[in-house]
Amino acid sequence: MADMYTKKVKDHFYNPRNVGEIKDADGVGTVGNPTCGDVMTMYIKVKDERIIDIKFKTFGCAAAIASSSITTEIVKGKTLDEAMKLTRDDVATELGGLPAIKMHCSNLASDALREAINDYRMKNKK
Amino acid sequence: MDHGASTPVDKEVIDEMIPYFDKYFGNPSSIHSFGREAFDAVEESRSKVADILNADADEIIFTSGGTESDNLGIKGVAYLNKDKIGGKGNHIITSSIEHPAVLATCGHLEKQGFNVKYLPVDKYGIIRIKDLEEAISKDTFLITIMYANNEIGTIEPINEIGRIAKKHDVLFHTDAVQAICKTPIDVGKSNVDLLSVSAHKIYGPKGVGALYIRNGVKIYPLAHGGGHEKGLRSSTYNTPGIVGLGKACELGKTRLKEDMAYFKNLRDKLIKDILKIDESYLNGHPEKRLVNNAHFRFTAIEGESLNMMLDEKGIASATGSACSSKKLQASHVLTAIGLKPEEVHGSLRLTLGKGNTEEDISYVASVLPGIVGKLRKMSPLWN
Repeated sequence: MADMYTKKVKDHFYNPRNVGEIKDADGVGTVGNPTCGDVMTMYIKVKDERIIDIKFKTFGCAAAIASSSITTEIVKGKTLDEAMKLTRDDVATELGGLPAIKMHCSNLASDALREAINDYRMKNKK
Repeated sequence: MDHGASTPVDKEVIDEMIPYFDKYFGNPSSIHSFGREAFDAVEESRSKVADILNADADEIIFTSGGTESDNLGIKGVAYLNKDKIGGKGNHIITSSIEHPAVLATCGHLEKQGFNVKYLPVDKYGIIRIKDLEEAISKDTFLITIMYANNEIGTIEPINEIGRIAKKHDVLFHTDAVQAICKTPIDVGKSNVDLLSVSAHKIYGPKGVGALYIRNGVKIYPLAHGGGHEKGLRSSTYNTPGIVGLGKACELGKTRLKEDMAYFKNLRDKLIKDILKIDESYLNGHPEKRLVNNAHFRFTAIEGESLNMMLDEKGIASATGSACSSKKLQASHVLTAIGLKPEEVHGSLRLTLGKGNTEEDISYVASVLPGIVGKLRKMSPLWN
């Protein structure tokens, strides 16, 4: 079980980065549902169209937790437009690959991020 | 603590097996003395397997393991019943929590035109005798219900099922792969007609098992060939494996009482300690469960993550979570006992083995609360 994951997946699973909530987040996105076994919430702080802080909470398997963790690392400091372009393949590649059966986990991470950005944009529509 | 998956081969079992790889390598079917040595060993093992079941030696057929035994027992009875003039009918009764070896075999038979009734279970995983009686019709020729469940460890009411099967003149097969050497088995007393056994769950080698077939019960063979095992299972005897299974049964029988008391003590301590964790629950029956099985669920966390965190601490465990299964399907057993999908995800199976000690239990009890806490801290479902 543990060996189907790369070193990088295990590193991000056992030592996840940016876990938690941002109380005064500018955007929040949640995807997945408990029935399927994956729920992810991403919290972002935005300044000048750039993600200056990001945190996550994830209920799910090791791939889901590692995908969330690395997503926060990849997009921290990026502009919202850059972050919107993040795909599940980008997430999986950064992790050194994911088993085929777990690819939907990386999809969820990028989806949650996009939800958070959309939430921010909705709130800040002029 | 994943001995429900497999067990290490006992040193005494290995010692017993070794001579049959080279010194007594002969084919038990040969006439010469090399074959004779091997033949005698196979027959001695047959008696040892029969002994632990309180059966006669000529009621034991050696197979490649639990899965083959289930297939041979169920299909063997079904095919013969179908071919037989005046066969009893086409109806089989099983439970919704069987091992895949039984469920998939029944599924295969459904495609062949048999009707299969999958009995529901209560919240502990026990079938209701009333349901069983109601399900029996004049077309029913076989009941196949497991002795004890491989996931949650629940022990089924085997004596009552056997009594009802006998009353209605229906054959009764039981998969006893998890139960053997962990609870006393008596095929006579329980009215069991066919029973499946595997060696690797009882400190024997992988790739060998047995099927008990009550004298007088006829089955159709699946493997045709040289006519071994009374023509019911052709294949050259796996002498070392069979010797290993025999020794494992012999040791299991001798140590049964002692082992059961040892495991029960550890299991109860483990359950008591783990249930101190906030929002943790025991799956399966508090008493009618295998002495070495403890099965839990924890709110708001996922089982594969839990397995991996425990693995990092050197503790092997299992889960019914869909995320850890190859098909991404939640455990059919946990679903059948009425758990919601999110509850199934948070499940953890710990199955004890002979190598486990009280210190191991204390160690698990000392690290698990921290792991559950860490995962909950990450979980958006935990408040």
